[in-house]
Amino acid sequence: MPLLEVRNLSVTIPTPEGDVHAVRAINLEIEKGEIHGVIGESGCGKTMTGMTLLGLAPKGARIVADSLHFDGEDLSKNAERLRGRRIGLISQDPAAALNPVLSIARQMDDVLRAHRNMSRQARRAEASSLLAATGLPDPQRVLKSYPHQLSGGMQQRVVIAQALATGADFLIADEPTTALDVSVGAQVLALLRKLVSDRGLTVLMITHDMDVIAEACDRVTVLYAGLSVEVGPVGEILQQPGHPYTQALLAALPDAAPHGARLAAIEGSIPPPRSGIEGCAFAPRCPKAMPVCARQVPPKRLAEAHRWLCHLPASAP
Amino acid sequence: MELVRYILRRTILSTFVVVGVTFLVFIVAQVVPSDPAALYAGPRPTAEQIEKARQELNLDAPLAERFVTFAKAMAAGDFGVSYKSRRLIADDLRAYLPATLELAIFSTGLALLIGIPLGVLAAARQGNWPDRLSSLGSIAAVAMPTFFLAMILQLIFAQWLGILPLSGRLSREISIAAPLPMITGFNLIDAVLAGRIEVVGDALKHLILPALTLASYPAGVAMRLTRSAMIEILERRHVTAARALGLSEPRILFGHALPNAMGPALTVIGLSFAYALTGAVLVEIIFAWPGLGRYVSEAILAKDFPVIAAVTMVVTICYVVMNLLIDVAQALVDPRVALS
Amino acid sequence: MTRLVHRLGWPGTIAFGVVLVFVLLAVLAPWIAPYPGQGAGAPNVAAKLLPPSADYWLGTDHLGRDVLSRVIYGARVSMTNGILIVLFALLIGLPIGLAAGYFGGWIDEALMRGTDVFLAFPALLLAVLMAAALGPGFLNSIIAVAVTWWPWYARLARAEVLVLRGQPYVEAARLAGVSHPRIIIRHILPATGRPLTVQAALDVGPALLTAAALSFLGLGILPPTADWGQMVDAGRKFFPARWWYSAMPGLTIFIVALAFSILGDALRDRKGGANRASA
Repeated sequence: MPLLEVRNLSVTIPTPEGDVHAVRAINLEIEKGEIHGVIGESGCGKTMTGMTLLGLAPKGARIVADSLHFDGEDLSKNAERLRGRRIGLISQDPAAALNPVLSIARQMDDVLRAHRNMSRQARRAEASSLLAATGLPDPQRVLKSYPHQLSGGMQQRVVIAQALATGADFLIADEPTTALDVSVGAQVLALLRKLVSDRGLTVLMITHDMDVIAEACDRVTVLYAGLSVEVGPVGEILQQPGHPYTQALLAALPDAAPHGARLAAIEGSIPPPRSGIEGCAFAPRCPKAMPVCARQVPPKRLAEAHRWLCHLPASAP
Repeated sequence: MELVRYILRRTILSTFVVVGVTFLVFIVAQVVPSDPAALYAGPRPTAEQIEKARQELNLDAPLAERFVTFAKAMAAGDFGVSYKSRRLIADDLRAYLPATLELAIFSTGLALLIGIPLGVLAAARQGNWPDRLSSLGSIAAVAMPTFFLAMILQLIFAQWLGILPLSGRLSREISIAAPLPMITGFNLIDAVLAGRIEVVGDALKHLILPALTLASYPAGVAMRLTRSAMIEILERRHVTAARALGLSEPRILFGHALPNAMGPALTVIGLSFAYALTGAVLVEIIFAWPGLGRYVSEAILAKDFPVIAAVTMVVTICYVVMNLLIDVAQALVDPRVALS
Repeated sequence: MTRLVHRLGWPGTIAFGVVLVFVLLAVLAPWIAPYPGQGAGAPNVAAKLLPPSADYWLGTDHLGRDVLSRVIYGARVSMTNGILIVLFALLIGLPIGLAAGYFGGWIDEALMRGTDVFLAFPALLLAVLMAAALGPGFLNSIIAVAVTWWPWYARLARAEVLVLRGQPYVEAARLAGVSHPRIIIRHILPATGRPLTVQAALDVGPALLTAAALSFLGLGILPPTADWGQMVDAGRKFFPARWWYSAMPGLTIFIVALAFSILGDALRDRKGGANRASA
């Protein structure tokens, strides 16, 4: 049984101007110990999926799923209890995720106090060792600092240390490197890999960046317009993407294009989140679209260990 | 470094303000009234007495010279002699200032204690009944005339319920039969210093109604400011992050979001303190509180200008110093303040 | 009516109605008050300190005068107080703020430091000092409060001017050689005037409260003219046994100040809504 099993999740947010379909039909299966990437353009529902798993979807959102289970527990009922105990968040912008007016010591201590029954000194020592575990060189000094006194990379390490402090074994990392320099981002990814292997963590890595997938993830789920359209091991998907959208994403990578050639941007835009979808959601932008794509929901295709949804048969890469 | 320069600049500005305040008080107290000499000479003075008073007050000297004399005296803490009682005003101030400060500090504390939690609650339950109720309360508190509120509180708590004393600073049994030694002038502190714990309770009981009266307006303002600041802060990413870390809701509200609202809270301290200092004029009469407010209101009736001027000077300087301290505190809490 | 409700919301509309009623009471006092003579001050010693009854809806005072008539007549003084205070304050503050903002430099510095001195006082205390120096009386108490009030308008006007000064049409007028007074009157005053008038209208309530406090201290208009603050003070000697004497005028001040404050909130919200809609 996978650690996280999400089947056919939809999240709808009612607004005065009509329902917003933030997530339409997403499937996720995440095995213990893997780093599972979730990739897609902004507006594809990846952050909303993460927030739903944490029980932090906006008030009034309608959440429907055939299955929404974490380690056998129903998340639609227990998300709030599991949040911060087993499921942690590493958010996009570490500068915004840390409280600007509280010292790091205070922010670490608050987390430890909420989750562990320890004495004051023990908490202090634990905070220091957790910071050290994230590769921060001088934990004592970091503890005394305020967020604005730390660099972006250091801030992100503190955020990771906080997530570890909760004792969570499943981390949702929402674009953890977007706000950082490329080299610092690579270090943070390496740190996450190390923590996964050292501590047996599982990570859901939300990103819009194929490089992050290639660098850090074991498997990946591709989202488009609130739907999961392809899933499989990273190596396979990078080599032989099945879904035309995934192919387009890979073609849009800078190093995929020959030197000097124009980047292959994907023409068009995602379907508006307020409207319904008929047939294949990607059809209007798909270079290989056929008449059937606009009418019928695409069938499941299989090749080796990965699956996708498309009217085109599997043999045509 | 910026902080030091900021503090220095604010201190210098405040000094200028104090000089300006002195000048203004001088003008209003010594130049505007039609004939200070006649007032100084006492009731139904003869022409001779008035002339003598003119010389004593040095009223014939040039304005600039008179101002310098006035300012020097103020700086030396020499506030002159009361027209009415002929006592040294400085002595009176020493007796009355602590009573007013005690009231002002206590009511400021009360205002924060009532206003800030209500503001947090209103923000956390935005749009629900706790929000509506406390918003309504804050509007009413702001519109309520101080002197009228004082009378209503007296009516309810002293007359009807009889649980709090009607007026005064200490019960007669204490103030007359076994008075406190005056050490700091603050009854609460003096009672502790004298080791008379039963007096602390009595002093507190006397403090509650006047302090509550003075606290109502700033509590209303504190509630509004805290509410709007908290609503904005609760939307920030680090609050979501704190939730994702599994912190309890009270911990997030008071431990994480509220410290970000320190700016408004400090503003309220200044406002509340100022309100208490001026409201004291109204409240001290009604509660027979032996402070500067009652002292000055009696001076108003007697046209005792040196007293009015002295009280205005002292209270304004307290106020200027308070504002300076708050500005510095604000810069310490949020270093961006010093840079602007 | 529906448009008014739409623009101000229900609380704002009711508050507006209350303010309107008190303005009417003030204007029409001699025709509305049940005992106009007593309202104006004539004693009626046969009926001293009677509780509220069919004859005297709000009871009578220590000179036997009908408290309702006194409250209605008091509206004249109290409402005028509030309006004149902000008007005087505008008359002082607006030119100072305009000059400071428009000319800048040392003129700005001098005017604003002067303004700071006035702001350094706890407001009521400066008003008390002023009123005591000028002596009690209707106009004097108004001047006393206005002296503490104008710095806010000076600051507000200055801030508005600073924004306007950089506008291209002002710049153009200056380059074209239009004289300073003309630029100020033609281009700057109209644009500054509006936000200031709104603010001033909102301040009538608080100004009225401050004036009431002064007259409570015996620094307002002299008896026998009716004034709410002074009535509360006069009734204090008989409180709480003859509660109505103090309570009725006190409650009236509260209601009027509350109405102004709710109306102010409604106006502010409306303004904010319009801004958001246009953004």
